[in-house]
Amino acid sequence: MSETDWPLFEVFIRSRSGLEHKHVGSLHAADARMAVEHARDVYTRRQEGVSIWVVRSADIIASDPAEADSLFEPARDKVYRHPTFYAIPDEVKNL
Amino acid sequence: MYTQALDSQGRDLVAAPPGEAAASAAFQARIDADEKVEPKDWMPEAYRQTLIRQISQHAHSEIVGMLPEGNWITRAPSLRRKAVLIAKVQDEGGHGMYLYSAAETLGISRSQMVEQLLSGAAKYSSIFNYPTLTWADVGAIGWLVDGAAIMNQIPICRCSYGPYARAMVRICKEESFHQRQGFEIMLTLAQGTEAQRAMAQDALNRWWWPSIMMFGPSDVDSKHTAQSMRWKIKRFSNDELRQRFIDITVPQAQFLKLTIPDPQLRWDEATQHFRIGPIDWSEFQAVLQGNGPCNRERIEARRAAHRAGAWVREAAAAHAAKHSGREGAQA
Repeated sequence: MSETDWPLFEVFIRSRSGLEHKHVGSLHAADARMAVEHARDVYTRRQEGVSIWVVRSADIIASDPAEADSLFEPARDKVYRHPTFYAIPDEVKNL
Repeated sequence: MYTQALDSQGRDLVAAPPGEAAASAAFQARIDADEKVEPKDWMPEAYRQTLIRQISQHAHSEIVGMLPEGNWITRAPSLRRKAVLIAKVQDEGGHGMYLYSAAETLGISRSQMVEQLLSGAAKYSSIFNYPTLTWADVGAIGWLVDGAAIMNQIPICRCSYGPYARAMVRICKEESFHQRQGFEIMLTLAQGTEAQRAMAQDALNRWWWPSIMMFGPSDVDSKHTAQSMRWKIKRFSNDELRQRFIDITVPQAQFLKLTIPDPQLRWDEATQHFRIGPIDWSEFQAVLQGNGPCNRERIEARRAAHRAGAWVREAAAAHAAKHSGREGAQA
């Protein structure tokens, strides 16, 4: 029993039109078409989706959690990007 | 369907290895702050191994759990019951898939886990080593076994490991129909003929104690609870969850006008809990060690399925290899 696993795919489901595809999990499949069919059976048994994306897990390039601090550091001191940074008198409306 | 206090079935955990004390402390601080751990984050090896063991055992339980109920699909008493039972068994298969995927994020491969199950090296929930002798057993499993499973699983939705927690959220959502369809079967039988009532009572007699044991050893004997709780893999002790299950289930049995097979069962006014008689832990240990009524049959069924599916896996792989060039061009 030293079988090789089928490739791993990540599954993304659009739950209804107007919403983005969202990662729901992963599964093994021999090819992309089987991955879509398996995704239907594994992740949409209760009509959870109207569209499925699958992508080989090996093709995903991810940031390194160990470097998250430095990667996201540039945004850390830029609170002026948020509207609450600005003091506007209460009597000024619609701003 | 379910995990039983799976944390109780492995080796004792060790303290942080030398050189990792600082990292371990930082990790514990993240857990204490209720942060979730994700696959590529640093984690202590013992945390990783504990989760691999627990999640894979949980996955195996879902897969083996398809067998006792699958036994009744062809003999379900109506088309409605058959459609429901097929949907339920299919859900259990799906739950196994979610959980295997979650375990794989920790670095174990699917084929390793399958091999551990088929070789008998891996444990799965003891409950599935009992036979389903009558249709009422399908009702009792849904009501009691899935009921106990839900009790066990809801706290795992808040587990510190993200992929496991997310899989559990999905599973718990799907699980509630399982319990309700089981209770509905019991209710129908309990309101039926004398023979049907007797069948329901017989199923309760056989499934009550194994369901109670699903929560695992008593807290006094459960050696991993403390560490698992510190890591927020586990949120409540075995005995707490067991008591909660008993308090909820006894009134349901009373509604069915069925008798819980425990002459010492009584309501304790002082603590506002039902108290049960002593649990026969020797039976639990025997089943865990492979000597339950169906242990060999269950593993053999999985092995046979794996063997019978070999040509399908080979054909799919060959087909994929043949078309791999074309598939790339399509995208």
